[in-house]
Amino acid sequence: MSEKQPAMLEASPEQVLYARILEIGMYLGLLVLFVTFGLYAFGIVDPYIPLDKISNYWSMNVNDYLKHAEIKAGWAWLGMLKYGDFINFIGVAMLAGVTIICYAAIVPTLLKNNDKVYAILAVLEVIILSAAASGILAVGH
Amino acid sequence: MRINGKLWAIILISLFSLTLMASPAFADGSAEASNGHAWWFWPLVLLIVTFIMGILAVLGGVGGGVLFVPIISGFFPFHLDFVRGTGLLVALCGALAAGPGLLKMNLASLRLAIPVALIASTCAIIGAMIGLALPTNVIQISLGITILGICVLMLTAKKSTVPDVPQADRLSSALRICGVYQEASTGEIIDWKIHRTPMGLALFIIIGLMAGMFGLGAGWANVPALNLLMGAPLKISVATSKFLLSITDTSAAWIYMNKGCVIPMMVVPSLVGIMLGSFVGVRLLKIAKPTFIRWMVIGILAFAGAKALSKGLGF
Repeated sequence: MSEKQPAMLEASPEQVLYARILEIGMYLGLLVLFVTFGLYAFGIVDPYIPLDKISNYWSMNVNDYLKHAEIKAGWAWLGMLKYGDFINFIGVAMLAGVTIICYAAIVPTLLKNNDKVYAILAVLEVIILSAAASGILAVGH
Repeated sequence: MRINGKLWAIILISLFSLTLMASPAFADGSAEASNGHAWWFWPLVLLIVTFIMGILAVLGGVGGGVLFVPIISGFFPFHLDFVRGTGLLVALCGALAAGPGLLKMNLASLRLAIPVALIASTCAIIGAMIGLALPTNVIQISLGITILGICVLMLTAKKSTVPDVPQADRLSSALRICGVYQEASTGEIIDWKIHRTPMGLALFIIIGLMAGMFGLGAGWANVPALNLLMGAPLKISVATSKFLLSITDTSAAWIYMNKGCVIPMMVVPSLVGIMLGSFVGVRLLKIAKPTFIRWMVIGILAFAGAKALSKGLGF
């Protein structure tokens, strides 16, 4: 244990900051997801794949699903937000993206505390998660 | 401990669902089976089963993801690609919901999580890419073997409330991975540090790969690695593991999402079911017999693991 910075019972400032952003992002993401799902499931916004046809697709592998439903992978859903099924991706993306924001937000606090190693680790995590989110790491069967 | 009516109701519902899941319609979950029902039938069954799963996960002390993937892929008509994508989102949302509280209480340690998460999330991306590139039957067989291995781990792994760590290793000292927490039951202040950090970090390469490949979440592996190998106290290990999933599963979830493995009609009912089930499960904790529930969870997992294995082998 470091003598310079003894461990405290309370969470560190960067940990509290991370927790706050995570909490807000989680609640917002879930709220958006449930609202958009309501719009989709109750037929308020028309879906791209009709509800009575969805069961034809979920037993296919993802490549066949994309091919038969004529859907593009990656961030193409952004161009299909007029459809009830695709607006659900906003909430999913918020939930999957909040961690990137949390990491980016704690970097200044870590640097302020002269915690350069952890600041570098946090920046690396932002880069890795952003690479995963960007869709550049494409794979196929 | 006296088991009251509520718990019996839960057990009966669970047994009913198991019987239902073992029925031919479930066991041979094919496109034909789903075509025989209205579109809402499978999402509704998914909601009910994930609700029960949420209760069992809390009472059995396991994550929702580890139950979700083998059970849903084994007994529902959904393809494994979508089940893994949904499983990761289920595990991710559970971790996101628990993370802020655990961090604020200083039970989840950000200092411990950051280096571990960097390795685990990088490897989860690689695992997800491998998992999506391999043939489905290979993944199904590997999933079955992994689930059966998890059952063995759950049966044999010991836990140490506060492991004896005589001296922190050089790496954890350099990274200042240590902490203090107050044990609520005794009021004791526990000063913790970790050891065997390089070995622990190396283990998270495998844990990350498996989490991404199978979409399982990884609490079942995180806790033993943090607690038994690296010497973090059990409470810190459980809390940090839960928080870690929010990072590891985020990275893999993006790969699955960008590949197209997210169907909202599967994701939202699963999330709602697991969350409501967890909510009820927490309230049932006071009256449940944890040992019995744990045995039941291991039994269900073993059944689902064997089913995944047989499905992969084409039986």
